[in-house]
Amino acid sequence: MKLRQGTFSFLPDLTDAEIHTQVQYCIDNGWAVSVEYTDDPHPRNTYWEMWGHPMFDNPDAAAVVFEVNECRKQFGDYYIRVIAFDSTHGWESIKLSFIVNRPKDEPGFHVSREEVKGRSMRYSIKSYATDKPEGKRY
Amino acid sequence: MTNNNISEDKNKHLGKIDLHAELIETGVEQVLIDLDKSLIGLEPVKTRIRETAALLLVEKAREKLGLAHETPTLHMSFSGNPGTGKTTVALRMAELLHKLGYVRKGHLVTVTRDDLVGQYIGHTAPKTKEVLKKAMGGVLFIDEAYYLYRPENERDYGQEAIEILLQVMENNRDDLVVILAGYKNRMNTFFESNPGFRSRIAHHIEFPDYSTPELLDIGSSMLDQLNYYLTKSAKDAFIEYINLRKEQPHFANARSIRNALDRARLRQANRLFKENNGPVNAEILSTLEEVDIRESRVFSGGIDN
Repeated sequence: MKLRQGTFSFLPDLTDAEIHTQVQYCIDNGWAVSVEYTDDPHPRNTYWEMWGHPMFDNPDAAAVVFEVNECRKQFGDYYIRVIAFDSTHGWESIKLSFIVNRPKDEPGFHVSREEVKGRSMRYSIKSYATDKPEGKRY
Repeated sequence: MTNNNISEDKNKHLGKIDLHAELIETGVEQVLIDLDKSLIGLEPVKTRIRETAALLLVEKAREKLGLAHETPTLHMSFSGNPGTGKTTVALRMAELLHKLGYVRKGHLVTVTRDDLVGQYIGHTAPKTKEVLKKAMGGVLFIDEAYYLYRPENERDYGQEAIEILLQVMENNRDDLVVILAGYKNRMNTFFESNPGFRSRIAHHIEFPDYSTPELLDIGSSMLDQLNYYLTKSAKDAFIEYINLRKEQPHFANARSIRNALDRARLRQANRLFKENNGPVNAEILSTLEEVDIRESRVFSGGIDN
């Protein structure tokens, strides 16, 4: 099951040239761009591992594409995303976030149902991948 | 269908591109004219830049007409004595390459060994990569590049920086242009001990020393910008000064001229206070007299910076 998180996630995977164009748009708007990775695809897992520092002073997107490829070399079977921070409010807030790399095989999520008081149901989801310990999931 | 394709192909080759119009349209012409006007002397450098610009323009035209083309290697080395305008030309080069569409942003990142080489194991690679990332889309100018390589210390981290540089120069050729600069002799030794660099750099440009009239012109244009001028006798004294200064050690061409003029302005200010001839006008404030030049240590056998 293809993970649909962040912008462009219902489109086919972006090529490097397309990533370059999107990132250049972010840089031209004055946003700091950062690369992050994780192997826990749960939608509530907001904080992914940082791949290096956010790139505050690179005027060209080639630097970000370069880092994405460096990250792919080491974490080719992880989810990798590019996020852009806007600091004009006085704090860093995310303006754009999109996935640029995903594992070859995405097993999807298990929906568990729990019967509670009366006829109410409680639902929760759990990725099949997270049955295994961190680092051995994909 | 097949017929159509053939005629289309023919049209592609028959299409015409006015190279001269292209030159003006891209704004390259303007950069070249500015270069001619604002830089005094440096004829061989200007010729090389013109040639490079022509080549790049022709490559672009070939690409448009569908002919075989290959992004030429643009990495360069500038060798010459201090103060011969290497950094200034690098700045123009960045602008030129940007207008020609060979670099996307056209900014210049100037670094020296300190910015690339770390102080402990594992420090160099991230540092060098950080600089390279900053320079992507523009031009990376490495001043006194030979300091990167220190053969006398085999544990020196410079070699690591060189390896990363070479790798990025090769793999990310479309993303950045690297310009190495430094004194001629030391650059030659550097290239001899790092053959990888020599072969990856297509353009070796030499910056000649300035002649006395050229240095005088440079001095005059510097003063012009500051609204100062030399009197006739001061000019003669200044020519004498340049000739004497050139023979002394640590002569740094245009930079020495700038320093000499800065000191002359200092002495002029001092003189105006000492003379104390009542109120001064703009004329007096912007005139450098012969004495302001003659007071220099160079005339009494001393050394100026």
